[in-house]
Amino acid sequence: MGEMILEVRHLSKSFGKHEVLRDIDFSVSKGDVTSVIGASGSGKSTLLRCINLLETPSGGEVLFHGQNVTGRGFKAPSYRARVGMVFQSFNLFNNLTVLENCTIGQVKVLKKSREKARESAMVYLEKVGMAPYINAKPRQISGGQKQRVAIARALAMEPEILLFDEPTSALDPEMVGEVLEVMKDLAREGMTMVVVTHEMDFARDVSSRIIFMDQGLIAEEGPPDQLFNHPRSQRTREFLARFREE
Amino acid sequence: MDRFSQLGTDMAKLWSTYSSAYLGGMLSTLGLALIATFIGCIIGLACGILNTIPYSKNDPLPKRILLKAIRVIVRAYVEIFRGTPMVLQAVFIYYGLPYFSGNAMRFDSLWAAAILVVSINTGSYMAESVRGGIISIDPGQTEGAKAIGMTHFQTMVSIILPQALRNIMPQIGNNFIINIKDTSVMFIIGFTEFFAFHRYITGINAMYFPSAAIEMIGYLTMTLASSFLLRLLERHMDGADSYELVTSDKLVMAAGTYRSHSGTKEKEGVQ
Repeated sequence: MGEMILEVRHLSKSFGKHEVLRDIDFSVSKGDVTSVIGASGSGKSTLLRCINLLETPSGGEVLFHGQNVTGRGFKAPSYRARVGMVFQSFNLFNNLTVLENCTIGQVKVLKKSREKARESAMVYLEKVGMAPYINAKPRQISGGQKQRVAIARALAMEPEILLFDEPTSALDPEMVGEVLEVMKDLAREGMTMVVVTHEMDFARDVSSRIIFMDQGLIAEEGPPDQLFNHPRSQRTREFLARFREE
Repeated sequence: MDRFSQLGTDMAKLWSTYSSAYLGGMLSTLGLALIATFIGCIIGLACGILNTIPYSKNDPLPKRILLKAIRVIVRAYVEIFRGTPMVLQAVFIYYGLPYFSGNAMRFDSLWAAAILVVSINTGSYMAESVRGGIISIDPGQTEGAKAIGMTHFQTMVSIILPQALRNIMPQIGNNFIINIKDTSVMFIIGFTEFFAFHRYITGINAMYFPSAAIEMIGYLTMTLASSFLLRLLERHMDGADSYELVTSDKLVMAAGTYRSHSGTKEKEGVQ
């Protein structure tokens, strides 16, 4: 086990009277690949969005290297720069080219020079196989390509941990593979990742740990082998059975 | 038919005597409309940024009060300047300043006064257009920017406003054309734009209709030319329809060295 990066303690979130997350506890160490699975509406995405403060948690704490990020007066932007996020709907900047998408954060947030930013952007675009497309605008490339650029954009910030919010759910089936391939490479290279996903095979093959969420609670967590082959909770069994039928 | 030829003769006569006055007036009108629309856009964008600064109940109370106050002030500005006639605003500001300062402060330049009035009037409309433009941008754009650590200001200036600006270009064009026409009310404070020369010239020779005909043609020329240029600008903003693939050095090498696989390799890489 490496150094502890992220710790979530008693996290809760409600929208009005609707409780989306209840008493969530887990931690992420360096190099961990944690997959979060569960039915739609179980709170997986909200959990991820609470971690990088796109949603304000209603209760509990999120500790990043031991520092509470949910406290008053905490500077969210500089924290978010160290926690990468890949969205279901890509959220590439439509007014910028592929290359600019990967340099703007480095220039504006990390205050790197344009040349330095371009250099490291090219390294990551190369890695996701999108280097030939640096001059394209997001509207000109396919969904799978967009998501690969989005991953390069996140990597270009050199984050300590990368959050994936259902990165393949908005993709046509034939494009899912290219994105998962890139993610597998990242996992192999030791990137710390938290992945909300419906891709059970990916979760099983790549993760070091699985979290199964049900109705805003962590119903079960453990290594992939235990969770997929010997699930302890009745809810986990039901959920996985439904997936196998499909 | 001879009424028309009479009109032609009269207009020619007016033009030969006063062409420099008419042309000078058109130049003033265009200059005022252009500058005021530009400043109005800046005001509108600034209101857009100020209005959308996010705050949550985790923020300290003074910050929340300040942000709430800013929103109320922007709202009041928009309602007041959108809800009163520009001709009255001109009088109000031009004469109000010396009135309240006991003549200590006044407008030395009519240009400054006219630009101020038309700019803040345009700004109040633009603030609403920009608000609409910002609403039209997918919230995912803001989230994408936040997620890489950009601040509200950076997000607005680099990501949201450029897109919003493109979406509201037709409305900016509208405002510009309205300004070309409506700056004619600035004669009330003595600003000599295009329409002011009509009043001046017809005061001398009473050729109301021929002069009005020249004015009509003049205004139409300015507005039609503006429409055309605005279209060009919009097309320019949209950028190229296609993009060039950049072949990286590695792939060029691969194509040369691995003869047996080069065909497939190249296809994979460059598509």
